[in-house]
Amino acid sequence: MRSGSSGVLIREPDQASDHLDKFRQGDQDAFEALFRLHQRAVYGWILRIVRSPAAAEDLTMETFWRIYQARARFEASRGFGPWARRIATNVALDWLRARRPESELTAELIANQTAVSADPGVTAEIRLKTAQAFARLPHGLRVAAILAVVEEQPHKEIAEALGISVTAVKLRVFRAVRLLRKDLERQGIKP
Amino acid sequence: MNAHNNDDRIKHLLRQALPPVEAETGPSRNLWPAVLRRLDAQTVGKPRINWVWLDWALLAGVLAVTVAFPASIPMLLYYL
Repeated sequence: MRSGSSGVLIREPDQASDHLDKFRQGDQDAFEALFRLHQRAVYGWILRIVRSPAAAEDLTMETFWRIYQARARFEASRGFGPWARRIATNVALDWLRARRPESELTAELIANQTAVSADPGVTAEIRLKTAQAFARLPHGLRVAAILAVVEEQPHKEIAEALGISVTAVKLRVFRAVRLLRKDLERQGIKP
Repeated sequence: MNAHNNDDRIKHLLRQALPPVEAETGPSRNLWPAVLRRLDAQTVGKPRINWVWLDWALLAGVLAVTVAFPASIPMLLYYL
Protein backbone atom coordinates (compact mmCIF):
# COMPACT_ATOMS: atom_id res chain seq x y z
CA MET A 1 0.00 0.00 0.00
CA ARG A 2 1.11 3.52 -0.67
CA SER A 3 -0.12 7.04 -0.30
CA GLY A 4 -1.84 8.60 -3.29
CA SER A 5 -1.89 12.23 -4.30
CA SER A 6 -4.58 12.91 -1.71
CA GLY A 7 -2.58 11.19 1.00
CA VAL A 8 -5.15 8.42 1.16
CA LEU A 9 -4.16 4.80 1.46
CA ILE A 10 -4.73 3.14 -1.87
CA ARG A 11 -3.80 -0.51 -2.28
CA GLU A 12 -1.26 -3.07 -1.28
CA PRO A 13 1.86 -3.31 -3.46
CA ASP A 14 3.13 -6.82 -4.03
CA GLN A 15 6.26 -6.33 -1.97
CA ALA A 16 4.16 -5.56 1.10
CA SER A 17 1.90 -8.59 0.95
CA ASP A 18 4.40 -10.96 2.56
CA HIS A 19 4.77 -8.56 5.46
CA LEU A 20 1.12 -8.98 6.37
CA ASP A 21 1.33 -12.64 7.38
CA LYS A 22 4.49 -12.03 9.36
CA PHE A 23 2.90 -9.00 10.99
CA ARG A 24 -0.06 -11.10 12.13
CA GLN A 25 2.39 -13.47 13.76
CA GLY A 26 3.95 -10.59 15.71
CA ASP A 27 7.10 -10.12 13.62
CA GLN A 28 8.45 -6.69 14.58
CA ASP A 29 10.44 -6.24 11.37
CA ALA A 30 7.31 -6.81 9.32
CA PHE A 31 5.46 -4.36 11.55
CA GLU A 32 8.19 -1.76 11.03
CA ALA A 33 7.96 -2.24 7.27
CA LEU A 34 4.20 -1.68 7.41
CA PHE A 35 4.70 1.31 9.68
CA ARG A 36 7.14 2.93 7.25
CA LEU A 37 4.79 2.24 4.36
CA HIS A 38 1.64 3.60 6.00
CA GLN A 39 2.65 6.16 8.59
CA ARG A 40 2.37 9.16 6.28
CA ALA A 41 -1.13 8.25 5.12
CA VAL A 42 -2.28 7.44 8.66
CA TYR A 43 -0.82 10.71 9.93
CA GLY A 44 -2.52 12.63 7.12
CA TRP A 45 -5.87 11.02 7.84
CA ILE A 46 -5.64 11.81 11.55
CA LEU A 47 -4.46 15.36 10.86
CA ARG A 48 -7.53 15.95 8.73
CA ILE A 49 -9.70 15.05 11.71
CA VAL A 50 -7.85 16.61 14.65
CA ARG A 51 -6.22 19.53 12.72
CA SER A 52 -3.22 19.72 15.03
CA PRO A 53 0.13 18.41 13.70
CA ALA A 54 1.51 17.73 17.19
CA ALA A 55 -1.60 15.83 18.24
CA ALA A 56 -1.66 13.98 14.91
CA GLU A 57 1.89 12.73 15.53
CA ASP A 58 1.01 11.44 19.00
CA LEU A 59 -2.18 9.85 17.70
CA THR A 60 -0.30 8.22 14.80
CA MET A 61 1.91 6.48 17.35
CA GLU A 62 -1.14 5.49 19.39
CA THR A 63 -2.79 4.16 16.22
CA PHE A 64 0.16 1.94 15.34
CA TRP A 65 0.32 0.77 18.93
CA ARG A 66 -3.32 -0.31 18.73
CA ILE A 67 -2.72 -1.83 15.31
CA TYR A 68 0.03 -4.01 16.74
CA GLN A 69 -2.13 -4.97 19.71
CA ALA A 70 -5.01 -5.94 17.41
CA ARG A 71 -2.86 -7.75 14.80
CA ALA A 72 -4.54 -11.10 15.44
CA ARG A 73 -7.87 -9.64 14.28
CA PHE A 74 -6.42 -8.30 11.02
CA GLU A 75 -7.95 -9.81 7.88
CA ALA A 76 -5.59 -9.50 4.92
CA SER A 77 -8.52 -9.72 2.50
CA ARG A 78 -9.82 -6.36 3.69
CA GLY A 79 -6.49 -4.61 3.17
CA PHE A 80 -4.20 -3.01 5.70
CA GLY A 81 -5.00 0.55 4.62
CA PRO A 82 -8.75 0.61 5.35
CA TRP A 83 -8.14 -1.28 8.59
CA ALA A 84 -5.48 1.23 9.69
CA ARG A 85 -7.74 4.10 8.71
CA ARG A 86 -10.56 2.65 10.81
CA ILE A 87 -8.33 2.36 13.88
CA ALA A 88 -6.90 5.83 13.26
CA THR A 89 -10.41 7.26 13.11
CA ASN A 90 -11.32 5.65 16.43
CA VAL A 91 -8.14 7.02 18.01
CA ALA A 92 -8.90 10.50 16.67
CA LEU A 93 -12.50 10.29 17.89
CA ASP A 94 -11.30 9.31 21.37
CA TRP A 95 -9.02 12.34 21.34
CA LEU A 96 -11.84 14.67 20.25
CA ARG A 97 -14.13 13.31 22.98
CA ALA A 98 -11.48 13.91 25.64
CA ARG A 99 -10.99 17.52 24.61
CA ARG A 100 -12.98 20.50 25.79
CA PRO A 101 -15.04 21.86 22.88
CA GLU A 102 -13.74 25.07 21.36
CA SER A 103 -10.63 24.88 23.55
CA GLU A 104 -8.30 25.89 20.74
CA LEU A 105 -10.64 27.83 18.51
CA THR A 106 -9.36 31.29 19.29
CA ALA A 107 -9.76 34.25 17.02
CA GLU A 108 -6.02 34.23 16.39
CA LEU A 109 -6.03 30.61 15.26
CA ILE A 110 -8.94 31.15 12.90
CA ALA A 111 -7.27 34.27 11.48
CA ASN A 112 -4.06 32.32 10.84
CA GLN A 113 -5.87 29.38 9.30
CA THR A 114 -7.74 31.52 6.84
CA ALA A 115 -4.88 33.79 5.88
CA VAL A 116 -4.10 31.91 2.66
CA SER A 117 -7.44 31.64 0.85
CA ALA A 118 -9.83 33.81 2.76
CA ASP A 119 -13.02 34.98 1.11
CA PRO A 120 -13.17 38.76 1.72
CA GLY A 121 -16.93 38.43 1.97
CA VAL A 122 -16.59 36.31 5.11
CA THR A 123 -15.43 38.32 8.10
CA ALA A 124 -13.09 36.97 10.78
CA GLU A 125 -15.95 37.13 13.26
CA ILE A 126 -18.16 34.93 11.08
CA ARG A 127 -15.32 32.47 10.57
CA LEU A 128 -14.75 32.29 14.31
CA LYS A 129 -18.45 31.81 15.08
CA THR A 130 -18.73 29.17 12.37
CA ALA A 131 -15.74 27.27 13.76
CA GLN A 132 -17.11 27.49 17.30
CA ALA A 133 -20.56 26.35 16.18
CA PHE A 134 -18.92 23.46 14.35
CA ALA A 135 -17.00 22.51 17.49
CA ARG A 136 -20.32 22.20 19.33
CA LEU A 137 -21.62 19.54 16.95
CA PRO A 138 -21.62 15.87 18.03
CA HIS A 139 -18.27 14.24 17.27
CA GLY A 140 -19.68 11.72 14.80
CA LEU A 141 -21.22 14.50 12.73
CA ARG A 142 -18.10 16.65 12.96
CA VAL A 143 -15.79 13.96 11.66
CA ALA A 144 -18.07 13.06 8.76
CA ALA A 145 -18.56 16.72 7.83
CA ILE A 146 -14.93 17.76 8.05
CA LEU A 147 -13.74 14.79 6.00
CA ALA A 148 -16.47 15.13 3.38
CA VAL A 149 -17.01 18.90 3.12
CA VAL A 150 -13.67 20.44 4.06
CA GLU A 151 -11.17 17.71 3.16
CA GLU A 152 -13.27 16.35 0.27
CA GLN A 153 -12.43 12.73 0.98
CA PRO A 154 -14.41 10.02 -0.86
CA HIS A 155 -17.60 9.06 0.96
CA LYS A 156 -16.70 5.39 0.61
CA GLU A 157 -13.45 5.84 2.54
CA ILE A 158 -15.18 7.92 5.20
CA ALA A 159 -17.84 5.23 5.53
CA GLU A 160 -15.22 2.48 5.94
CA ALA A 161 -13.29 4.55 8.46
CA LEU A 162 -16.38 5.24 10.56
CA GLY A 163 -17.81 1.75 10.15
CA ILE A 164 -21.05 3.02 8.64
CA SER A 165 -22.68 3.03 5.20
CA VAL A 166 -22.14 5.67 2.53
CA THR A 167 -25.76 6.70 2.98
CA ALA A 168 -25.15 7.19 6.69
CA VAL A 169 -22.17 9.41 5.88
CA LYS A 170 -24.30 11.57 3.62
CA LEU A 171 -26.97 11.74 6.31
CA ARG A 172 -24.43 12.82 8.92
CA VAL A 173 -23.11 15.55 6.63
CA PHE A 174 -26.66 16.71 5.96
CA ARG A 175 -27.45 16.80 9.68
CA ALA A 176 -24.19 18.57 10.49
CA VAL A 177 -24.89 21.30 7.94
CA ARG A 178 -28.45 21.76 9.18
CA LEU A 179 -27.40 21.94 12.83
CA LEU A 180 -24.63 24.36 11.92
CA ARG A 181 -27.07 26.58 10.09
CA LYS A 182 -29.47 26.63 13.04
CA ASP A 183 -26.65 27.45 15.45
CA LEU A 184 -25.44 30.31 13.25
CA GLU A 185 -28.97 31.63 12.85
CA ARG A 186 -29.33 31.68 16.63
CA GLN A 187 -26.22 33.85 16.72
CA GLY A 188 -27.74 36.24 14.20
CA ILE A 189 -25.76 35.02 11.20
CA LYS A 190 -28.02 34.45 8.19
CA PRO A 191 -26.35 32.30 5.55
CA MET B 1 -33.96 24.96 -3.74
CA ASN B 2 -33.49 27.77 -1.22
CA ALA B 3 -32.55 25.26 1.49
CA HIS B 4 -30.08 23.67 -0.90
CA ASN B 5 -28.45 27.05 -1.57
CA ASN B 6 -28.34 27.73 2.15
CA ASP B 7 -26.61 24.40 2.71
CA ASP B 8 -24.03 25.28 0.05
CA ARG B 9 -23.48 28.61 1.76
CA ILE B 10 -22.95 26.86 5.11
CA LYS B 11 -20.42 24.51 3.50
CA HIS B 12 -18.61 27.53 2.06
CA LEU B 13 -18.54 29.17 5.51
CA LEU B 14 -17.21 25.94 6.99
CA ARG B 15 -14.40 25.76 4.44
CA GLN B 16 -13.54 29.37 5.22
CA ALA B 17 -13.54 28.77 8.96
CA LEU B 18 -11.66 25.47 8.78
CA PRO B 19 -9.65 25.32 5.55
CA PRO B 20 -8.17 21.99 4.43
CA VAL B 21 -4.98 21.02 6.25
CA GLU B 22 -1.62 20.26 4.64
CA ALA B 23 -1.88 16.52 5.09
CA GLU B 24 0.72 15.54 2.47
CA THR B 25 3.80 16.58 4.38
CA GLY B 26 3.89 13.71 6.87
CA PRO B 27 5.09 13.83 10.46
CA SER B 28 7.85 16.30 11.34
CA ARG B 29 9.89 13.64 13.15
CA ASN B 30 10.65 9.95 12.99
CA LEU B 31 7.87 8.30 15.01
CA TRP B 32 9.18 4.74 14.82
CA PRO B 33 11.61 4.94 17.81
CA ALA B 34 8.76 5.99 20.11
CA VAL B 35 6.52 3.19 18.84
CA LEU B 36 9.37 0.72 19.29
CA ARG B 37 10.02 1.91 22.87
CA ARG B 38 6.38 1.31 23.69
CA LEU B 39 6.46 -2.16 22.17
CA ASP B 40 9.63 -3.00 24.11
CA ALA B 41 8.14 -1.66 27.34
CA GLN B 42 5.17 -3.96 26.86
CA THR B 43 7.42 -6.96 26.23
CA VAL B 44 9.53 -6.24 29.32
CA GLY B 45 6.53 -5.50 31.53
CA LYS B 46 4.60 -8.62 30.60
CA PRO B 47 5.13 -11.56 32.99
CA ARG B 48 6.77 -14.47 31.21
CA ILE B 49 4.94 -17.72 31.84
CA ASN B 50 6.67 -21.00 31.21
CA TRP B 51 3.73 -22.84 29.70
CA VAL B 52 5.74 -26.06 29.15
CA TRP B 53 6.55 -26.21 32.86
CA LEU B 54 2.89 -25.58 33.70
CA ASP B 55 1.77 -28.37 31.37
CA TRP B 56 4.09 -30.87 33.07
CA ALA B 57 3.00 -29.72 36.54
CA LEU B 58 -0.65 -30.15 35.61
CA LEU B 59 0.00 -33.63 34.21
CA ALA B 60 1.90 -34.60 37.37
CA GLY B 61 -0.99 -33.36 39.50
CA VAL B 62 -3.52 -35.39 37.52
CA LEU B 63 -1.35 -38.51 37.81
CA ALA B 64 -0.96 -37.98 41.57
CA VAL B 65 -4.74 -37.72 41.96
CA THR B 66 -5.34 -40.89 39.94
CA VAL B 67 -2.75 -42.80 42.02
CA ALA B 68 -4.15 -41.55 45.32
CA PHE B 69 -7.80 -41.93 44.27
CA PRO B 70 -8.15 -44.64 41.59
CA ALA B 71 -11.91 -44.25 41.72
CA SER B 72 -11.52 -40.86 40.09
CA ILE B 73 -10.23 -42.41 36.84
CA PRO B 74 -13.69 -43.09 35.31
CA MET B 75 -14.75 -39.56 36.19
CA LEU B 76 -11.60 -38.10 34.54
CA LEU B 77 -12.18 -40.22 31.45
CA TYR B 78 -15.78 -39.07 31.33
CA TYR B 79 -14.70 -35.43 31.24
CA LEU B 80 -11.92 -35.92 28.67
